[in-house]
Amino acid sequence: MNPTFDPDSWSPEATATMETISTASQGSALLTTVNLAYIIAAILFIFGLKLLSSARTAPRGNMISAAGMLLAVTVTLLDQQILSYTALAIGVVLGAAIGAVAAYKVRMTGMPEMVALFNGFGGMASLLVGWSEWHFLAGLPALAMTQPLAFSQSVIALAVLIGGITFTGSLMAFLKLSGRITGRAVVFRGQKLLNLAVAAVILGAIVAYVLTGQSGAAYPVFIGLLILALTLGVLGVLPIGGGDMPVVIALLNSLSGLAAAAAGFAISNTVLIVAGCLVGASGLILTVIMCKAMNRSLGNVLFSGFGSTASSGTKGAVQGEMKPIGCQDLYYVLEAANRVVFIPGYGMAVAQAQHLVRELGEILEHNCTEVCYAIHPVAGRMPGHMNVLLAEADVPYEQLMEMEPINAAMEQTDVAVVIGANDVVNPAASDDPTSPIYGMPIINAHQAKTVICLKRGQGAGFSGLQNELFFRENTRMYYGDAKSSIQNLVSEFKES
Amino acid sequence: MILILLLFVFVLAAFLGFELISKVPSQLHTPLMSGSNAISGITIVGALIAAGRADGDTLALILGFCAVVLASINVVGGYLVTNRMLSMFQNKDKGGPS
Repeated sequence: MNPTFDPDSWSPEATATMETISTASQGSALLTTVNLAYIIAAILFIFGLKLLSSARTAPRGNMISAAGMLLAVTVTLLDQQILSYTALAIGVVLGAAIGAVAAYKVRMTGMPEMVALFNGFGGMASLLVGWSEWHFLAGLPALAMTQPLAFSQSVIALAVLIGGITFTGSLMAFLKLSGRITGRAVVFRGQKLLNLAVAAVILGAIVAYVLTGQSGAAYPVFIGLLILALTLGVLGVLPIGGGDMPVVIALLNSLSGLAAAAAGFAISNTVLIVAGCLVGASGLILTVIMCKAMNRSLGNVLFSGFGSTASSGTKGAVQGEMKPIGCQDLYYVLEAANRVVFIPGYGMAVAQAQHLVRELGEILEHNCTEVCYAIHPVAGRMPGHMNVLLAEADVPYEQLMEMEPINAAMEQTDVAVVIGANDVVNPAASDDPTSPIYGMPIINAHQAKTVICLKRGQGAGFSGLQNELFFRENTRMYYGDAKSSIQNLVSEFKES
Repeated sequence: MILILLLFVFVLAAFLGFELISKVPSQLHTPLMSGSNAISGITIVGALIAAGRADGDTLALILGFCAVVLASINVVGGYLVTNRMLSMFQNKDKGGPS
């Protein structure tokens, strides 16, 4: 208060002025508090991610990161721009309920599509934040703007673009992974040209939007941009086949973070920028790791339409025939083995066979056989997919082996059991330079003394390639659904 | 000036993200992905502001409300599913040495 305040000079205007000043200073104190809380939230996210790097500390890391989220949400509710809490309360409760039910009901085999779906929702939310910011900006006098208009418009456009691609791209990934549409790559003539054209029109729309300014005339352009972004997400994921999904999911994960960061620029919110960017960076790293594990470039994964044709490559080069083996004979082979390596792939996830595989593994261990599991980085449909499934089935953590150590020990292995994996054990990747997957690091199952391949039928794998491994002299095919095949084996062991 | 500061924050966060994640072992890639996916639900903060200030403007209210619902699904679902997965990994670690 003003120390020289004289009660005699009291006037209504003076009080009004003083009230304005005091609300303003309260407002800025509040803003500082909110921003400090955002900094703490960002620190919690960073610590959370750091702790995720070891299985021991990871649950704590996840909790810490969730606490950061709770803090960020709570202090946001103090924001003075918020006028009504009804819609917020209903929205949060509804969303939380749906999310919680989905999280508890999903089976571990369905994890890739669940993560894809959550990803898509995050992207859509960022798109909607951008869209709503458009309306807010349109109703704002030029003087009240905190950033240059062109900048605000550009970042709104980016939030809508990235959010839109993330949303429909993730939905496509979800549909493909859950088998609601074909998991194969869908290619048609002029596809690349069409995608390029859509991308070019989007770029043009962004420029037109920024040049038109925030007027009514820009609205159709803005909505057009939004629709094109959604279209590009569909078109972009269409030519990508099921086996390349680990890359796509990692990339969409990165994009959902970047969409949040763009939305953060649009509303000048630091915690959105930091958290979104952390996710963007982590998704990008995973994308690169997945690409390396397939010895392909990101461009090749995204644009080549890999795996669209049913037969290509080295079909003629494969010689010999596939030799089947029955349950009884396989029992004798496994019974006599000293060292068995299981090599799981997506087929094991589809058949939900992980629990039976673990049971078989335990029986073998009781029989004094050394058992371990060889996990290829891109086995399954998302990074680390097989690890999650086997962890769910209570397979001991130390039996899960990565590619390099297991390959070194493969020659001393009596039996390699390939369960629903195909391309990741295809020897053509190391010795056939004409093969499309040449150069991809594989698990050297063919070096084991005997290879048993569990397979539903005689068809080629996801990539459309014939797998030379199936025709090798030391390979036996054990046909049938992985779950019932292993069930039969387990009963065979129990009976004897 | 604000603009430059925001960009500065963005660039630093990108480098920090690369540093943090490059050390995660491949066994934990799925939980890492769903955990970071939950963090990307931070857009809920923008959604809350968008929905909260849309007083009387129906379209803005609908946009904001949908954003809040979707972002909440992303955040709550993401953290819970990550927690579920990690607890399975945890059992293994306790079971191993004993």
